[in-house]
Amino acid sequence: MIRFDQVYKRYANGREALSGISFSIAEGELAFLTGHSGAGKSSILKLIALIERPTRGQVIINNQNTSRIKPRGIPHFRRQLGVVFQDHKLLHDRPVADNVALPLIIAGVPKREIDKRVRAALDQVGLLGKEKNRPLELSTGEQQRVGIARSIVAKPALLIADEPTGNLDPELALEIMKLFKRFNEVGVTVVVATHDVHLIEQFGARRIVLGNGRVTDAGERPAEGDGAIIEARRP
Amino acid sequence: MSVHAYFARHAQTLVGSLGRIVHHPFATLMTMGVVAVALALPLFLNLLLSNVRNASGNWNEAFDLSVYMDKKAGAERTAALAKQLRARGDVAAVRVISADQALKEFRDSSGFGEALDALTDNPLPDTLIVTPTLLASSPQGTDTLKAAIAGMTDVQTVQLDTDWVKRLHGMLDILRRVVLLTAALLGAGVVLIVGNTIRLDILNRRAEIEVMKLVGASDGFARRPFLYSGIWYGLGGGLIALILVAVTAGVLAHPVNELAKLYGSQFHLEGLNFATAASALGVAVGLSWLGSWLAATRHIRGIDPT
Repeated sequence: MIRFDQVYKRYANGREALSGISFSIAEGELAFLTGHSGAGKSSILKLIALIERPTRGQVIINNQNTSRIKPRGIPHFRRQLGVVFQDHKLLHDRPVADNVALPLIIAGVPKREIDKRVRAALDQVGLLGKEKNRPLELSTGEQQRVGIARSIVAKPALLIADEPTGNLDPELALEIMKLFKRFNEVGVTVVVATHDVHLIEQFGARRIVLGNGRVTDAGERPAEGDGAIIEARRP
Repeated sequence: MSVHAYFARHAQTLVGSLGRIVHHPFATLMTMGVVAVALALPLFLNLLLSNVRNASGNWNEAFDLSVYMDKKAGAERTAALAKQLRARGDVAAVRVISADQALKEFRDSSGFGEALDALTDNPLPDTLIVTPTLLASSPQGTDTLKAAIAGMTDVQTVQLDTDWVKRLHGMLDILRRVVLLTAALLGAGVVLIVGNTIRLDILNRRAEIEVMKLVGASDGFARRPFLYSGIWYGLGGGLIALILVAVTAGVLAHPVNELAKLYGSQFHLEGLNFATAASALGVAVGLSWLGSWLAATRHIRGIDPT
């Protein structure tokens, strides 16, 4: 699903965020990207979502070499993934339902279908009945769940999340992580960047540890295209 | 995506963008007002021009032909020709100015009295002032009449005094170009005004556009509401401009008609007709759309999520 091959990323200010990263994540896998802040977690997610381009190396997502995707093709590419942000990135002047509906509106889904799927997505994150609220009327944890509902409403095969629990207290954080786990159980590939090592220890999932722009521990790496082996190895 | 869904989505965006600009009534009215003033000026000049044209068209009907007789013709043959002309279907009236009369008038008005006394002969011919009928007052009609009279015996020259009309038309032509130039400049102004408004609007909603792009919106999708805002600005500004011009014409109609009456003219100030109003509105919407398109295309492309 995701393959990084000798990826370097140097920003315009000269800082090298990634120094030869290689790893791969199989379809249907749940993986945590961890490491200190500045280790390169965010850079990796930005390369996956085509927010940034690698300076060198290749990033293959869903069998597409991202270096071949032209700027015009980026919107279409992004519609295949769900992205969850630390700061939620909600539209504050629109009700919750509109925020969640945004990816469907962009994809041109008919209105009746949109209403149905928005309710289903809000149901999954436990926010049914909050459709008409504005995001700022909700708690931080609820806002984050709106963001998660938006990321899954278009049923993407790949879900990426950048510090989704960064602003939450431990209980809420655990709840959010359980949500990701549940999506993973229905077949979605999930990649979560987090520095909260304590939290992810409670999940028996793969951890890719980064340090200074390199992979220091790739975790249990599955054989190419074979998710079953991983399942067998898991405790 | 079905055609139905496509139109439904556009309709939704159209209404949504209206809702948004109605949300900021003061800013919206300011922009529409500037657009309106920029459009009202050329519209008003155009109205003025077409009215002056109408007025000069009215005066066209009063063209007289001056028929200068041959010196040898004499008073009797002049009178006979006058009678013959009066009998024509395309002549309304003929006035005879004899050579003596003409010389007397010239002596009185020119101040060359003494110099004229030195002449032994009267150098002026007998003259007939021929007024064509209304029906024959068209340019072709007067030309035909002129040619017919020129071919008659005893007639030396026929003069159609159209010089002043030609000068007037020359001036109107210049005025017309001034109106066009003004319209072009102010039209460009409308594009810039709307473009700038849309640019500020985009900057204000930068975060929102970033989010849209992050979840897969194309530039075209993000641009659409701004294009509709542009259309609303044009429509609103155009309507205000039409109201301004209609009110101005209404205020001026009475005094202008009074003035025309003093000159014995049937002239009436014409307001905007439907075709002009509709095309003005179309131009307003088109220019605003162009302004918003230019600004939105450029500035939305520049917004990249980080």
